[in-house]
Amino acid sequence: MTNTKIVSPKQDILYMVILSAVVLTMPIWLQPFGAAYPDLMQKFMIFGIFAIGYNILFGLTGYLSFGHAAFLGVGSYTAVWSFKLLSMNVIPALIFGTVLSGLFALAIGFVSLRRSGIYFSILTLAFAQMSYNLAYSVLTPITNGETGLQLTQGDARILDRAAGIQADASLPTPNLFGIEGIGYSGFYICAALMLISFFIYLRIFRSPFGLKLRAIKSNQSRMGYTGYNTRPYLMTAFVISGMYAGLAGSLLAVTDPLAGAERMQWTASGEIVLITILGGVGTLIGPLLGAGVIKYFENILSAFNDTVLVNAFSFLPDWLANGVASVLGLFVGDGWHLTLGLVFMLIVIFLPGGIMEGINRLWRLVSNRSSSSAEDKEKEQPSTKEA
Amino acid sequence: MSETKNILNVSRRTVLKGSAATTGAALIGGTFPMHFIKNAHAQTFRGDPGNASSIKLGFNVPQSGPYADEGADELRAYQLAVKHLNGEGDGGMLNTIKPLELKGNGILGKKVEFVTGDTQTKSDAARASAKRMIEKDNVAMITGGSSSGVAVAVQGLCQEMGVIFMAGLTHSNDTTGKDKKRYGFRHFFNAYMSGQAIAPVLLDEYGAERRAYHLTADYTWGWTQEESIKAATENIGWETVNTVRTPVGAGDFSQYITPVLNSGADVLILNHYGKDMVNSLTQAVQFGLRDKQVNGKNFEVVVPLYSRLMAQGAGDAAKGILGTTNWHWSLQDEGSQAFVKSFGQEYGFPPSQAAHTCYVQTLLYANACEMAGTFAPWEVIKQLEGFEFDGAGNGKTLYRAEDHQCFKDVLVVRGKQEPQSNFDLLEVVKEVPRAQVEYPADMFGGELGPYQV
Repeated sequence: MTNTKIVSPKQDILYMVILSAVVLTMPIWLQPFGAAYPDLMQKFMIFGIFAIGYNILFGLTGYLSFGHAAFLGVGSYTAVWSFKLLSMNVIPALIFGTVLSGLFALAIGFVSLRRSGIYFSILTLAFAQMSYNLAYSVLTPITNGETGLQLTQGDARILDRAAGIQADASLPTPNLFGIEGIGYSGFYICAALMLISFFIYLRIFRSPFGLKLRAIKSNQSRMGYTGYNTRPYLMTAFVISGMYAGLAGSLLAVTDPLAGAERMQWTASGEIVLITILGGVGTLIGPLLGAGVIKYFENILSAFNDTVLVNAFSFLPDWLANGVASVLGLFVGDGWHLTLGLVFMLIVIFLPGGIMEGINRLWRLVSNRSSSSAEDKEKEQPSTKEA
Repeated sequence: MSETKNILNVSRRTVLKGSAATTGAALIGGTFPMHFIKNAHAQTFRGDPGNASSIKLGFNVPQSGPYADEGADELRAYQLAVKHLNGEGDGGMLNTIKPLELKGNGILGKKVEFVTGDTQTKSDAARASAKRMIEKDNVAMITGGSSSGVAVAVQGLCQEMGVIFMAGLTHSNDTTGKDKKRYGFRHFFNAYMSGQAIAPVLLDEYGAERRAYHLTADYTWGWTQEESIKAATENIGWETVNTVRTPVGAGDFSQYITPVLNSGADVLILNHYGKDMVNSLTQAVQFGLRDKQVNGKNFEVVVPLYSRLMAQGAGDAAKGILGTTNWHWSLQDEGSQAFVKSFGQEYGFPPSQAAHTCYVQTLLYANACEMAGTFAPWEVIKQLEGFEFDGAGNGKTLYRAEDHQCFKDVLVVRGKQEPQSNFDLLEVVKEVPRAQVEYPADMFGGELGPYQV
């Protein structure tokens, strides 16, 4: 997957245009899947940002971080504090959330990047669990522990007060100069930021810097022998991906102004690894697809209950319908993790390159067939290699 | 030049065709759905069934995590309530609650349907699940929760969204205190009431010369319960040796229990719930705490919030332990009997207190809609505020308008020494009358917020 592709900037722009069209029309084409409601689409975008950021580190350098949820959490807490202290406007929240996560990543990266491989993973995992436990216990005055940090009527909101925005009886919602962070408008805010992040990510992929990161993945010692000091590159990649996570975390707070410590738990860190592998490590849009699939499963499958199943199979005779429903019932509702596990296993076994590999294989199948039917038996060596 | 091909190997023409088609689809699809904008129309509300023949309720309970047992029982109760509302089964408490306008033909003639979600006992997941119910399934009411942290978080969301939240099992003072909301209602009792109810019994049983050691679940419920129990026991002359916070879902409490042995305390108060309480109580007994003599007295363990499900989990360790509960299936009044009967027929075992409160909450919401003649939340809220009823298992009950807290009798219970069955684990020591647990509405602060959001 690491072979170099030279793609002209024009094609990248085309790529962006297609992606934007697909993303912005989500409220329409997700309708038949039952996923076209704001909260889930916001999650698609937010975890998309998180996943592409993670892919800069894991996909390009091969450094498997098991503690990225810590940056997500830092971003969320910072954003909520920005809402509480400064303003309900999302801009300061996003900026502070991203920057602070970046600084936090700098500190953790400084220590963790001294090791590689499994030791690096364990170090990051340890730091994330440490942050989680701190947020739960010692830092309760800042994080409000298990209850989670929430907005209150009496928050300072210095900038808002100075600008003469009066708080009415209900709690204020985060907004971008009046555009609310919840509902469909919130989705478009997230979508816009996701597209901007994706563009930056695309540029990183195509840049010489991205090439050096790939070189680290393929053989770090060899790169060292050629005279490159790899540490600064790794550090930059780590901080950038930490900032992406921070941006995602602050967006979580924008769409729902509450920050809880469970966002930093190891399961959350594991989820992002899962998303990236499921979608395709090191591929451009694989992580976005992975985020979509996992969030869809989490929200839609977990909502099925036995009554829904029995209704769905009501065309069968009663005893059979109940039987089918009780078997399928194991895989939906609270059993959705089981389904996710099975899908994950199938993908890792049969498509080690994730969903992207599946798509590429299909594409190759289709394009080979069409070219052979054209009786144009020119060997398609370069194009198959590219895919 | 093949090197410069698009990575997906598509020709530019195909892409242009594709994007033209997408744009076309977008245009045909018409305007983007924008109907969820707040205040777009003054009189519309979320969850409005309109002309639909059914109404949807959202049951948001923990199906995984330390409170999953309670969540499963809550879900059973909700399904039973829906049956009874739709006129199926024997009607349960529909026949005993007075006054009641429900006729067993759904709510306002609309059939009741429901959607479920898993809170995972996490605020984040619970809010995501509640949002799905509101935005996708268009529910008129959300209910559930078996953790006060989750209840407070979901209640806040419901206030913002303008959907009524009928809290399930939540015992923190904050739910209807500091964090109370206009759209949130709680039938369950709270930590302050537990303290007021249990303190006189503790004085009778264990005397005034006691030294207490608290282990507390580290979140809103644990904090307020510790505070309330501490205040109530110090009031009867007890001394508090130490209070230690433990993380939720810790599993192993031995590191917290060992120091108790050397602290000079002679009572251990466990401010834990669900599986946490099962674990901490079992471990405390295994460490031999209850066989010890400290300061010339028997060492005692108290569990201020008790439930049958937990007694079942703790087994022998629960024998003789004192605590309080909201309700118990062995109560002999008409309402409790009717509920226990229909629950037993449906599932083959008696309901827990979590099931009871969730069942009653669903009926109360339905009844308020019926009384208001509409599903518009601000009208329904006005009906629930100050509503007085009887026949739901705890005697005469008042939904106080100032903080949306129900006031009713509280039970002090003890783990039975010789249980007759797997469910007959608690005996009621005392039914503490409502007057003894009442408190002024402004005691815990907080603001309800507006009727219309």
